Amino acid sequence: MKRFSFSTLMLWVGLLFIYLPMVILVIYSFNGSKLVTVWGGWSVKWYAGLLDNSQLMGAVMRSIEIALYTAVAAVALGTLAAFVLTRIPRFKGRTLFGGLVTAPLVMPEVITGLSLLLLFVAMAQIIGWPAERGVLTIWIAHTTFCSAYVAVVVSSRLRELDMSIEEAAMDLGAKPWKVFFLITIPMIAPSLAAGGMMSFALSLDDLVLASFVSGPGSTTLPMEVFSAVRMGVKPEINAVASLVLLSVSLFTFFAWYFSRRAEERRKRAIQQAMAEEAVSWQQKAA
Amino acid sequence: MSKRTLKRLLPRGRHFVIGVPFFWLFLFFMLPFFIVLKISFAEADVAIPPYTEIWSWVDNQISLVLNLGNYLLLTEDDLYVSAYLGSLKMAAISTLLCLLIGYPMAYAIARADKEMQTVYVLLIMMPTWTAILIRVYAWMGILSTNGLLNGFLMQLGLISEPLQILNTNVAVYIGIVYSYLPFMVLPLFANLVKHDLTLLEAAADLGCRNISAFWKITVPLSKNGIVAGSMLVFIPAVGEFVIPELLGGPETLMIGKVLWQEFFNNRDWPVASALAVIMLAILMVPIIWFNRNQAKELEGKV
Repeated sequence: MKRFSFSTLMLWVGLLFIYLPMVILVIYSFNGSKLVTVWGGWSVKWYAGLLDNSQLMGAVMRSIEIALYTAVAAVALGTLAAFVLTRIPRFKGRTLFGGLVTAPLVMPEVITGLSLLLLFVAMAQIIGWPAERGVLTIWIAHTTFCSAYVAVVVSSRLRELDMSIEEAAMDLGAKPWKVFFLITIPMIAPSLAAGGMMSFALSLDDLVLASFVSGPGSTTLPMEVFSAVRMGVKPEINAVASLVLLSVSLFTFFAWYFSRRAEERRKRAIQQAMAEEAVSWQQKAA
Repeated sequence: MSKRTLKRLLPRGRHFVIGVPFFWLFLFFMLPFFIVLKISFAEADVAIPPYTEIWSWVDNQISLVLNLGNYLLLTEDDLYVSAYLGSLKMAAISTLLCLLIGYPMAYAIARADKEMQTVYVLLIMMPTWTAILIRVYAWMGILSTNGLLNGFLMQLGLISEPLQILNTNVAVYIGIVYSYLPFMVLPLFANLVKHDLTLLEAAADLGCRNISAFWKITVPLSKNGIVAGSMLVFIPAVGEFVIPELLGGPETLMIGKVLWQEFFNNRDWPVASALAVIMLAILMVPIIWFNRNQAKELEGKV
C-alpha cells in the first residue's frame, strides 16, 4: 500500500479544515486590539472583562446547570431505550418505538423547538403545568433529543457485548434487575460516560430549542452569544467561545483517556485471570 | 443466545422498561407534532397564546373550524415556495460536498492502524461536541470582507480587492459542510471499518484493478453508511437556522430562517406551524428512509 494515498491526504486536509478556524478563533481571542480583524498584540483583557459581565456569567451558570440535569436524565432514558431495542426483540409497537428513538437525531431543530413550545403552551392551558417556561422546559427539550444520541451510542455497545455473562448470572439465579445493575451496567459504563458527556456538550451548545422553549429571564449561554454575534464579531465573544472550546476539548480528552485506561485494565485483568486459571489446571493435571 | 433467555431477562420489569422511554418520547416528541398540525389550522390572534381555538362548543354543538388560509398563503406567496426550494437545493449540494470530502476521510481512517483509528475518530468527533454556534461564528471572522481569508489572498496577490464572501450563499455552503462533515464521516467510518478486506484481495488476485475494485466492492458494500451519513446531513440541513442567519445574506432563502422570523418577529404562530407541517411532509420520506436504515444498523443486521 502506498504511504501517502489520496484518501490519507484528504483526511489531513479535512482535519485541517475542521480545526483551523477554531485555532484562529482562539488566537484572536488574545488580540489586544478592539478591531477583531487587526492584530494589536497579545492581551488577556477580554477574558478579564468576562468576569465583570454578570449577565453573561448568569447565563453560563444556567447553561451548566441545565446541561448537568440533561446529562443525567438523557443517560437514564437513552440507556433504557437502547436496552429495549437490543434485548427485547419483539413487542407491540416496536417499529414505532425504534422510529421515536432515532427520529430526534435528524429532526430539524426548528420543528422540534416549535412543536415542544406549542405542547407546553397547550399543557399550561389544559392542566396548568408548566406554569412558566424556563430551566425545566429547556431540560425536557434537551433530554428528549440527547437521549436519542445516548441510545445510539449505548445500543452499539450493548450489541457487541458478550451475552453469555448475563445468561450465566441469570442461570445462577440472579434477578433481571440485579443482572442489569451488577453485570450489564458495569460492562457498558464507558459508553454511558461517553453518552453523558455527549449530552452535556449538546445541551451546552443548543441555541434553537432553548430559544423556543425558554421563558423570560432564563437565557442560556448560546442565546447570549447569539444575540451578541448577530451584531457582528466581537472580541468578548471570541474569549467566551475560546473558553467553551477549551473546556469541551479538555473534557473530551480526559474522558477518552480514562475510558481507554479502564478498558486496558479490564482486558489485562481478564487475561491475568485466564492465565492463572490455566496454571491451576496444569497443576491439577500434573 | 436463545430466545428463551431473552424472555427470562425481563419477565416483570418488561412493561416498565419499555413504558418509561416510550411514554417520554410519545409525550415530548410525537404528541407535539399533532399540536403543531392543529395550530396550523388556527388563525393568528392578538391574545395569549396568539392563535384562535379550532374547536368550539356552542349550543350543544361541537364545531370544528379548519382555517386553510395559512396553507393557501404558503402556496400563493413566492417567498415561501422559493424558501423551500432554496433549502432543498442548499441541503442537497451540501450533502454531496460532505460525501465527496467525507468518504475519502472515512476510508483513510478505516485503513489506518487500530491505534491511530481511535485518535482520528476522537479528532473527528470532538467538534461535534463543541458548540455549532461557535464554530459558525469562527467563520464570520475568517470570511468577512476585511477578514483573514481576504487579507491572506490579497497578500498573495491573487486578488486586488476583497471578495464579498460573508453574507452570500457560498458562506452558507462552507458553514453547512464545515458543521456537518463529522456526521458524514462517522457513520461512513463505522461501516467501512467492518468490511472484509479479503474480498478486495480476492478481486486483486483475479486481476481487478484497485480503482475498479473500489467502485465494484467497497462502494456498494458501504451503501448503508452512505445513506446514514447523507441523511444525517441532509435532513437537519434543510431546517438549518443558525448558519443561514449568521453567514447568509439577503439572497439566502432558507425555510428554517423564514419559520424563525414568522414565529419570533411576526409572532404568527399558525403560519409558523403550517411551515413546519409542510417541511415535515417534505422530509417524511428521507426520515423514514433514515429510520429504516438505522433500525437495521441498531439490530446489527447489516
